[in-house]
Amino acid sequence: MDSKDQDKDSLYLKLIPYFEKYGILLLLVIMIVVMHFLQPDVFLSWRNVTNVFKQISWQSMLALGVFMVIVTAGIDLSVGSIMMLSLMILAIVAKAGAPWYIVVITPLIAGFLCGLFNGLGITLLRMPHPFIMTLGTLYIFRGTGNLISGGTPISGFTDEVRYLGHGRIDLTWLGLEKSQYLPVSLVLIAIVYIIFWIFMNKTRTGKWIYAIGGNPNAARASGINVNKILVIVYSLCGFLSGIGALILAGRTDSGYPNAGLQSELDAIAACIIGGASFFGGRGTVLGVFAGVMIMGILRNGLNLMDVSSFWQQVLIGSIIVLAVYVDVLRRDFGTRK
Amino acid sequence: MSSANQLLLEAKNVTKYFGTITALENVNLKIHAGECLGVVGDNGAGKTTLMKVLSGLYKPSAGSLHFEGKEKVLESPRDSQNLGLEMVYQDLALAGNLPIGENIFLGREPTTNLGLLKFLDYKKIKELTEAHLGKLKINVKSADQKVEELSGGQRQAVAIARSTAFNAKVVIMDEPTAALAIKEVGKVLDLINGLKKTGVGVIVISHRMDDIFAVCDRVMALFQGTNFAESELSNTSRDEVIGWIMGKK
Repeated sequence: MDSKDQDKDSLYLKLIPYFEKYGILLLLVIMIVVMHFLQPDVFLSWRNVTNVFKQISWQSMLALGVFMVIVTAGIDLSVGSIMMLSLMILAIVAKAGAPWYIVVITPLIAGFLCGLFNGLGITLLRMPHPFIMTLGTLYIFRGTGNLISGGTPISGFTDEVRYLGHGRIDLTWLGLEKSQYLPVSLVLIAIVYIIFWIFMNKTRTGKWIYAIGGNPNAARASGINVNKILVIVYSLCGFLSGIGALILAGRTDSGYPNAGLQSELDAIAACIIGGASFFGGRGTVLGVFAGVMIMGILRNGLNLMDVSSFWQQVLIGSIIVLAVYVDVLRRDFGTRK
Repeated sequence: MSSANQLLLEAKNVTKYFGTITALENVNLKIHAGECLGVVGDNGAGKTTLMKVLSGLYKPSAGSLHFEGKEKVLESPRDSQNLGLEMVYQDLALAGNLPIGENIFLGREPTTNLGLLKFLDYKKIKELTEAHLGKLKINVKSADQKVEELSGGQRQAVAIARSTAFNAKVVIMDEPTAALAIKEVGKVLDLINGLKKTGVGVIVISHRMDDIFAVCDRVMALFQGTNFAESELSNTSRDEVIGWIMGKK
């Protein structure tokens, strides 16, 4: 009896790490099942599923960038503005008649440089917290985007420029109908997330990012150049925001002043829902993906059920609080042995 | 005795200013192979500053460091690590969110390189960790356990394991037992004695006379940033050492 109890106990303890890793996916699956029962005809239809992916496409890039920053115990409030500025630069370059391969690269470079600016500001100017530097650049980048565009939308891009955000991969060769295509943005999300999963989990730099978030003094004492890693992280975050801009350009066919307004908060919310800790060192790429999906499915599902967007705000806010509370409870279980 | 007596590290007339404050003035220190030196002193006596100079975190304003007879200039902790000089910090300098093995190899991970990217060799980290912990007789459930799940004594053991994973010749420990439960102190002191037997020179900074008298061969006292007194342990007593800390001879 006693040993049986112990077995049960150790099984429970063994399950905890799996729950920590994959619990958020469980929540995602539950949401999908619930939505399916609420909207059996529509929710899991090809059209709607691809729609969800198209809607989360650019947010997923911002969230991934912010995630890496949060792992270092930092924050990047400027990702929405970086995306808007990159988008405006793209629009201007496109309107100036540059060839598509130049147009496509510009937002990536612009985003990277904006992130580099953040990283250098945080490390060289020794800002007391990344919150302050990126709050500043939230205004600076959006203001710059408006200055260079005159604050008016710039529309009309070529198909090549729009490919990542708007392209379709035809699947009729698989015997599917013409309407059952694969959005290019979905493939892009998969590729980018896999690359960054490898980066965060398998490379030395990724490990150091986690170490800095866990204990920056330990990282420093271990001979890790903490400032250099931070500059890399913020630059990559900017780069991902640049990819977001490219996707958004494809989706909307225009550069517009309100692009990405408040999207930095959505990105942070997705990371938190996905289990990343604000104190740094904790969180997974898979979790962020689940966080982005949960927000996307929630919005999509509520739209399908014709629930007002005001209720969506209330619900998303509640989920953030609930997700973190579940995390607090889980940690209680984990430490009380 | 002769090879065990080899002089490993010597600090000559080390002086360190912070602005107008003199933290260290003409401090001398020697550590031999297989020896344990206790460094005592009141708060602000300059113990920690001296250790940071020895580990390459601070550059001395004047004076010099000699390692195995050669003068060395340390630009960073990496330089001192490369010489075989390791530091166990009071706050342990471990990342709680990472497993034991990854902490031991943090900053010096074995990797497989693919162009610019360096991929971690998790298998090798695990093998080396288990072998090293076994050598030091440190018992943990698994090398994959996160450091934050360990007790204070186990963490201190991991920190010491970390400092000796790369053939350290001198290990400097800042208050190695300060944060420990009484029953864990003995284990850490055993570890220090084990290190001495393998020929490592150990410098222990401590307030606890019990620790000093349990593991050290020699004790030196700093007072207001200067060498105040020094003695073989066998030629002194607790009361005398406590007097030195307070500046009385």
